Amino acid sequence: MKLGTSAIIGGVLFALAIFVGLFAPWLAHTDPVMGANLMNAEEPPSWIWWFGTDAQGRDIYSRVVHGARISLTVGIVSQLVNSVIGVTLGLTAGYWGGWWDDVVNGLTNLMLAIPSLIFALAIMAVLGPGLTSLLIALGLTNWSFTCRIARASTLSLKSQGYVQAARVLGYGDLRIMITQLLPNMVGPIIVIGTLGMGGAVLAEASLSFLGLGIRPPYPSWGSMLSEARDQITTAPWLSVFPGLAIFLTVLGLNLLGDGLRDVLDPQSRSRRA
Amino acid sequence: MTAAPLIEVEDLRIDLDNGASHVAAVEGVSFRIDRGETFGLVGESGCGKSITALALIGLLRRPLSVAAGAIRFEGREIQGLSAAAQRALRGDRIAMIFQEPMTALNPVSPVGRQIAEMFVLHKGKSWREANQLAVEALANVRVPAPERRVKDYPHQLSGGMRQRVMIAIALACDPDLLIADEPTTALDVTVQAEIIELMRNLCAERGTAILMISHDLGLVANVCRRVGVMYAGRIVEERGSDDIFRACAHPYTQGLVDSLPRLGSRAALGRSRLREIAGVVPAIADFPSGCRFNPRCAQATEICRTTAPETTWLGAGGLVRCHHHA
Repeated sequence: MKLGTSAIIGGVLFALAIFVGLFAPWLAHTDPVMGANLMNAEEPPSWIWWFGTDAQGRDIYSRVVHGARISLTVGIVSQLVNSVIGVTLGLTAGYWGGWWDDVVNGLTNLMLAIPSLIFALAIMAVLGPGLTSLLIALGLTNWSFTCRIARASTLSLKSQGYVQAARVLGYGDLRIMITQLLPNMVGPIIVIGTLGMGGAVLAEASLSFLGLGIRPPYPSWGSMLSEARDQITTAPWLSVFPGLAIFLTVLGLNLLGDGLRDVLDPQSRSRRA
Repeated sequence: MTAAPLIEVEDLRIDLDNGASHVAAVEGVSFRIDRGETFGLVGESGCGKSITALALIGLLRRPLSVAAGAIRFEGREIQGLSAAAQRALRGDRIAMIFQEPMTALNPVSPVGRQIAEMFVLHKGKSWREANQLAVEALANVRVPAPERRVKDYPHQLSGGMRQRVMIAIALACDPDLLIADEPTTALDVTVQAEIIELMRNLCAERGTAILMISHDLGLVANVCRRVGVMYAGRIVEERGSDDIFRACAHPYTQGLVDSLPRLGSRAALGRSRLREIAGVVPAIADFPSGCRFNPRCAQATEICRTTAPETTWLGAGGLVRCHHHA
């Protein structure tokens, strides 16, 4: 398997973010919430305070490190929910067709017509802020692209000889979907999923920035940006470092998604042989 | 021919119904295949041989449907079975191999797994057992180093190897009937001979009946004991395969036989063109009245244009549908 440069850079950035998230308690210098000490308020970045401190004297580096946990959890979990919903709907709609296809198509078009962030905002407004509602809101609002891709792949795969052959060999509908259709569309689904994960990290940041996601004092990159916006001229490091974290993570996911697109083409597997 | 045949098709009619028009793509087709017997259906593209095969396994889909007649497998009417019962039959008792071994295998699944799936699906085996059986099945179709080959993906195999894998999948559950739809059309002639030989031997060992569908009269006559010749949705002649070259009764069959090149004919008869059958197969929507072959038939007379010929029984279970049969 030959990975492109962009996939490697993307993969390394994403792996780094995962690593930071997993080992946050060991990497952080102080407790991200309780580590406030007004004696150290608004220190610029230095050898002691790598990313500086905020108005309450909390270490920004530690908060960014802990924020990775929340941002990545939201990104990964919500995109998984989206993928499962999208693939299930798209696959069944494409396979069975008929009225079910019409229903799913209508639903997909509806979802595409409503800006997903606005929709997520509405859900958050009903459920109230917090991690769980964030996961629900983002998990329910971004499945339409996955669904479209899954449906389109199903339609083109359905007429393939091996899908017909499976039917002739006595496979049931479910078995055909799981063994014949799903593995053949997994490439594009993963690519969309990876890109969607980047989108979810951004959406989390946006919602938290608007005060509907993770609430202070818990650190998420979005909520840190939100808190930092008043001091952007006096203490720019408060915005720069969480912003950089978001930027690098999303960039990594996008590069990875693009790179995977080339690798996950089944024909390219022959290079392994 | 005695008792209940393995499969019996009686007066089958398949309709093509695309909203506005409603035409019979296949009409009055009857044949029977006994256990372990080999039967061939020969005809040009579009004569209805493949959809007849699909009807046998209950897989006709809109706009095609069985409009009349009966298909009985071991005396049971296939149309009357539930979807689940039909599915249980397919792959287990009636298996099928296709023209295109390139596309009939799942490209993202190792071939061993695709064979093993049959044992899991129809025989309720565990994956562990099934994987071992898959190695045996590959060895049975003479694939060298089967323990290594089971891990290969279809694109790593040659066309002939892929068709061997297809045969292994089709014969995995020891079916009673193997439907082979143009099984070797996509292969080289030398590979073709190997595959046909392999298929014939394996089926003979297991007592599996073969229904072979092809446009190649020579090939079918070589493999099958009896041959049915289809033209425009009807069986026009059915004979033992030895008789078909010696004394075919229908002008269409005669045309097919004449259009085959003969080794050595140039020395005996001098340089000559291969004979062809004038005209083309009529489209399903405008089959001619009377005998459907009449516009292309040199012997056609008035009655051929008005009345469809009845079945005439010849000796030894043969039949012909022609007003002028010899």
